[in-house]
Order: sequence, then structure tokens, then C-alpha cells
Amino acid sequence: MCQIEINGRVAEAKIGETLLEVLRREGVKVPTLCNVEGLNPTGACRMCVVEVEGRGNLVPSCAFPVSDGMKISTHSAKAVQARKTIVELLLSSHPDDCNYCARNGNCELQTLAAELGVRQRRYKGERKKMKVDVANPSLVRDPEKCILCGRCVRVCEEIQNVGAIDFIGRGADSTVGTSFDEGLNVSSCINCGQCSLVCPTGALVEKRNVEDVMAALADPRKYVVVQHAPSVSVTLAEEFGVKPGTDIDKEMVAALRRLGFDRVFDTSFSADLTIMEEASELVSRLTHGGTLPMMTSCSPGWIKFVEQYYPEMIPNLSTCKSPQQMMGAIIKSFFARREGLDPKDVVSVSIMPCTAKKFEASRNEMIVDDIPDVDFVLTTRELAQLIKMHGIDIENIPGETADNPFGERSSAGKLFGGSGGVMEAALRTAYHMVTSEELTDLKIPAVRGSKGRKEARIQVGDLELGVAVVSGLANARKLLDEIKEGRNDIHFIEVMTCPGGCVSGGGQPINLSPDTVRQRQKALYRLDQEETLRTSHQNPAVHRLYKEFLGTPNGEKSHRLLHTSYVARTDVLK
Amino acid sequence: METQAKVDEILTRYKDAKRDALIPILQDVQDSCGYLSKEAVIQIGAYLNLPTSKIYGVATFYNQFRFQPVGQHHIQVCRGTACHVKGSSGVFDRFCRDLKINDGETTRDGMFSLEVVSCIGACGLAPVIAVNGEFHAKLVDDDASRIVKEYKKAAKEGDNK
Ligand code: SF4
Ligand code: SF4
Ligand code: SF4
Repeated sequence: MCQIEINGRVAEAKIGETLLEVLRREGVKVPTLCNVEGLNPTGACRMCVVEVEGRGNLVPSCAFPVSDGMKISTHSAKAVQARKTIVELLLSSHPDDCNYCARNGNCELQTLAAELGVRQRRYKGERKKMKVDVANPSLVRDPEKCILCGRCVRVCEEIQNVGAIDFIGRGADSTVGTSFDEGLNVSSCINCGQCSLVCPTGALVEKRNVEDVMAALADPRKYVVVQHAPSVSVTLAEEFGVKPGTDIDKEMVAALRRLGFDRVFDTSFSADLTIMEEASELVSRLTHGGTLPMMTSCSPGWIKFVEQYYPEMIPNLSTCKSPQQMMGAIIKSFFARREGLDPKDVVSVSIMPCTAKKFEASRNEMIVDDIPDVDFVLTTRELAQLIKMHGIDIENIPGETADNPFGERSSAGKLFGGSGGVMEAALRTAYHMVTSEELTDLKIPAVRGSKGRKEARIQVGDLELGVAVVSGLANARKLLDEIKEGRNDIHFIEVMTCPGGCVSGGGQPINLSPDTVRQRQKALYRLDQEETLRTSHQNPAVHRLYKEFLGTPNGEKSHRLLHTSYVARTDVLK
Repeated sequence: METQAKVDEILTRYKDAKRDALIPILQDVQDSCGYLSKEAVIQIGAYLNLPTSKIYGVATFYNQFRFQPVGQHHIQVCRGTACHVKGSSGVFDRFCRDLKINDGETTRDGMFSLEVVSCIGACGLAPVIAVNGEFHAKLVDDDASRIVKEYKKAAKEGDNK
């Protein structure tokens, strides 16, 4: 421990930590544009500069270690002016596009300009004309709005181990772009959208489908059905200024009805269905000598990752479609028939925490006879937009519940929204399938929490299962490499692309604090704690669906509708 | 396949190479293949365990690398001090405008490619360019347009023969 002085007040600090860490703890806000908590600082943007007594130059607090007796001044005239100048220089070559920009009102550059009192264009830089990259189904890249902070590059490389984007060129011609300046769609990008969560500006945003959905809702010939993913109800409220971790499931359902959706279904129902299929697949692989370890398949970024980097491990992937696609497939088949609708007139929309879900819905495997399981995917952020656009007061609207037949869910299905949730839900059901009994304690703490890798050994009847849960694909890569090198004590692996799972998905409200993610995760655990229906195999609506339509889990009809296949991707510029 | 074999041959010279061998490898590949093709970059990436975006990023940082094969007529515009002072950038801009390509690029029909080079040692002739090694001296902007036209005309006549 040591003592330093911040703006005349004494503060305790740990030797070796950075100034910025101390400042944040002490409640001093110093702006940052390139910093991302959890990644190594680069000191590239210099927004976080402070004055240190005895040093002539301002120092970047993100990369400056504290030392005993240091006296610093964070908001001296010199420091503030330096920050203001940086923002003015960034703006000098920036498009004046705020009113037309996806990040209007939620842009770090815009906020800084406002906070620092930029009122005048003092510098006029040259504006480069650059093409907007719109070919990717999940994300839009507008390099003109890029301020070269490098956050996306680091997240893509360090968290996801993909490296689809990097700094290209040099000096005034530098940009952040893909290999050979091609579209993201032909790059190794796995569509996770983590870059769009850290991008301070509108340079990386989700591909917008708000208008497509509004057009469908306005078309009287269309029957528009919506499903909402497990994690959305615990994150949506943040878009309306409510504190993280608040569940507004019922209000959201009511809002979706007011938006004009004909039916509102809960993806947690099809998560239960996924568990029935996936747990039987696991048990069957375990007992019939199938390929192990089996790996979960509900996270489309992860699927593309395996397809391009580990094609030899495709047989390890569960063949189950994701809950989104299972719900879509059931809507377009069983549901449409039951309601006497032509599947062509049914528009299936899903509300997802995820940008990769847009890609998933567009995969060839997910379109049968020209009929896609899911027509449009909206992110949590896009749903918030729709709600605001339609003047719905989400905080005061009376709550409603989702529709039958796919509105009933167990809290196991709900747990899908966070890392470890699929594992926990699957184990609850696999245990029952093998032993015909219920786990004495349904809660499996070893697989909970937002750590990047969790492992456990679980006794299921006579079998001792080795399970691993990873999120963030850099963690997945490490595990896969261990397995390729001969590790064989693991039978079942859950992988979620985004660190911490869907609660921090690329389509979620933009909020960089790790505490937010914890609060979102906790909200899911709370729901599970309070619920009486806590296992997928006890969901009566799932039973009905098998009885009336599907037959048995892993049966012929399930295989046709609820399972899928994967392709080795040799054509991407990886 | 030819590229692949060439790159393979080069990579065997860099056994157990790490990232720091990237630039020499890129130089060798460009020397041998004339440019850095996508296929070559993918191959190098797989060998060094680097994403191609990183390789492309590094390669674009230096202007010695090109990503398209040179054209039938490879135009090198000198940017040495003497040429610069005497207006080589105007000449270069004119080539860009007329050919609709930039430094390091090749026209779609493969006829022309453009490259900015540092001093080619003919300062007395500034501003000077070389087309396939043949010098054109003391140019003004309009000469650039004229040269492009002449080569196009020659090509057409060649076709008609
Ligand atoms: S990125 Fe920010 S500053 Fe730039 S146009 Fe969009 S809102 Fe405005
Ligand atoms: S979406 Fe994910 S994989 Fe694609 S560029 Fe962004 S961070 Fe990288
Ligand atoms: S795209 Fe966004 S995150 Fe990436 S460097 Fe540019 S401004 Fe930063």
C-alpha cells in the first residue's frame, strides 16, 4: 500500500496499480476512449491524461503506475484543455452526422464534446470518404466514424481470438479494417458484435432490421409472431435508464403486444425444448459411443468459429438448432398448421441479445423450401428503439404474460441467458433421463458465475461426467487445443461466444462495466431461485408439443425440424 | 498452385519462424510472386499462426508491398526530392485520375499498374517516371495523360493486327 494525493486529497493505493484504477475507486471521473476494463491499456487516445507534480508532461493515467507520495491533479486547466483539444482534433475529420447516427445520444465522442464544452469547430481536417461496409448480416462498419481507438481490434483479438479487424495502413491513411479491405462478410468475423459494444462511436453498429419489422407489422396479410430470448427481459430496462439487473419480462410482453405482434412467445420455452433434445443427444452419445466431448450449439458465433478454425471438431458439436431456430421452425410448421395459416404469411421475428443471431437466421441450413425459420432478428437495443418510437411507457405499462402454446417456460430455460446456464439446465434434465430422479440440489454452483472457464465433475447415476463451461472464444480456443492434445476427461462442453454469456451479448444495451454484467446474471439466478418449475423436462407445454406433434426427443420429426448440420468454412479470410 | 509452391518453398527457409520473421517472409514472397496474393497471405498466416488481418495491416504499413499483380505496363513514379520539388505529385495525381487507380493498384483490365518509388537515381531528368524500366523524363501533368493514351493506342493497334 502507499499514499498518493489526488486533487489535494489523500488516497490509499496499491503499488503497481495504475493511476486510473485509483481514480475510479476514488470517484474521480477521467474520460477514456481507448481503455477497456480487463484488457491491457495502450495509452493511445490520451484522453485520460493528468498532471503529476514534478513532471513536465501530462501522463496517461491508464498506463501510469502509482508510486508513493505522488501528487496528481486530474482536472487542472492544462489537463482539461489537453482533453478538449484531443476531442476537437477527432471531430475535425469526423462526419457531422449525429442526427442520423445509430449512436446519437449514446456516443462517447458526442458526450465528451458536450462535457468538455466544445462549441466551435476550431480545426478543419480533411474528411476522408470511405465506403460503409453493409454486406454483413449482423454488423455495419462505417470507417468514417472510426476514431482509431483500437478497442474493437483488441476485443476481437484478445477476447474472441478471431482478429477479423486490425489497423490498416499508416499515418493519416490509417483505418481499422479487415484483411484486404474486404467486407466483414467474407472475413473471419464471427458476428458476435462484441466490437459494437466497446466501440465509442457509430463506427460499428448492428445491422438494423427495425424497419423490416415495422413493415411486416403494418402489412395486414401478415401474421407476425415474436419470440424473446431468455436474457432480454433482464437487460432491456437499462435502455430506459432503469438499474441493471431489473427483470421486466411482463412489461416487455405487454409492450410487444402493443407494438402489434399477433403472438408473443418466450424463447425460454424453446430453450426447454433444446434441453430435451440436447440432453437426450448427450445421453445417447454417452451410452452408444458417440463423439465426445459433445459441445453445445446455441451460440452462432461459436458455431462459425468451429467451422472455420476447428472443422475437424464439427462432429463434436451438438446437432441441435439453437432455441431461436427451434422456435422458428415450430412456428412455421406446427403452429402455422394449427392456426390454419400458410407458413408463407407468417413472419417470425425474434428479439435477441445477439448480433450473430441475425447471421444464424440467414444461414442456408435454417431456410427450408424458401421459408426461413426466423425472418427478422432484432437486438435488445433495436427493441428499445421500437418501444420508444411507439410511445410505450415500459415502466408504467401493466404487465402481461406470453402466449400459449409456447409461452410457458421453466427457469432452466431462462438460465440459458448466462454462461453456465445451458450446462445447468442440461444437467438437471440429463440426470433425470439417466436416473429417473431429480437432482437433490438443482443449483449447480460450480458452473455459475461469469468466470471465463469453469469445470466440474458431476455424478449422474453410474456416470461421472466431466463438464466444462467457457465463454469468450479465446477461452474456448484454449480448451479445444487441450482436447486436441489429448485431454479426455471432459464429456460435455458449454460454449457461449460472449464473455459471461448472452447477458453480455453483442446486441445488449451498451454498458461497459463488468458489474452490470454481474447484475444481469444475478437477475437470472434470482428468477431461478423464485421459480417452482425449474427443469425443462417438467415443462408441461413441452410435453404437450411432443405428444401432439414431435413424438420423442431425438426422434425422426425432431431431427428434421430441430436439428441441423454444419459446414467447414475454408473460404473465409482468416 | 504455382503461388502455393513458391510460398511453400520460401517458408521452408523459415523453420520455426515467429512473428518477427513476417516482414522478411513478405519480402521474399513479393520478390518471388511479384505481389502478395490473398492465397499467399493466408498461407503465411497459417504458418505463423497470425490472422490475415494482422498481416495485411503490417504489410500496408510499409509501402513496399503490393496486393495486386503488376500490369502489362508498370508505371513507377519517382518521389525523390528532386522529382518532388519539380512537381512529381501532379504527374502522379494525373495517372491516378486517368487510370482510376491508386498507388499499388492495377487497372481492372490488367493493362496498367502504378507505384510510387523513392529516388530512382535520375534526378537530372526530374520529374521522371519509368514504365517497365524505360524512363520518361521531365514530365508535366499532361504528359501523364499522353503516355497513358499512347500505350492504350499501341495496345489497340496490336489487337487489330
Ligand atoms: S459517431 Fe458519435 S459523434 Fe459521430 S456522428 Fe455518430 S453520434 Fe455523432
Ligand atoms: S463481430 Fe466479433 S468477430 Fe466480428 S469483428 Fe466484431 S469482435 Fe470481431
Ligand atoms: S471502429 Fe470503433 S472501436 Fe474500432 S477503432 Fe474505430 S472507433 Fe475504436
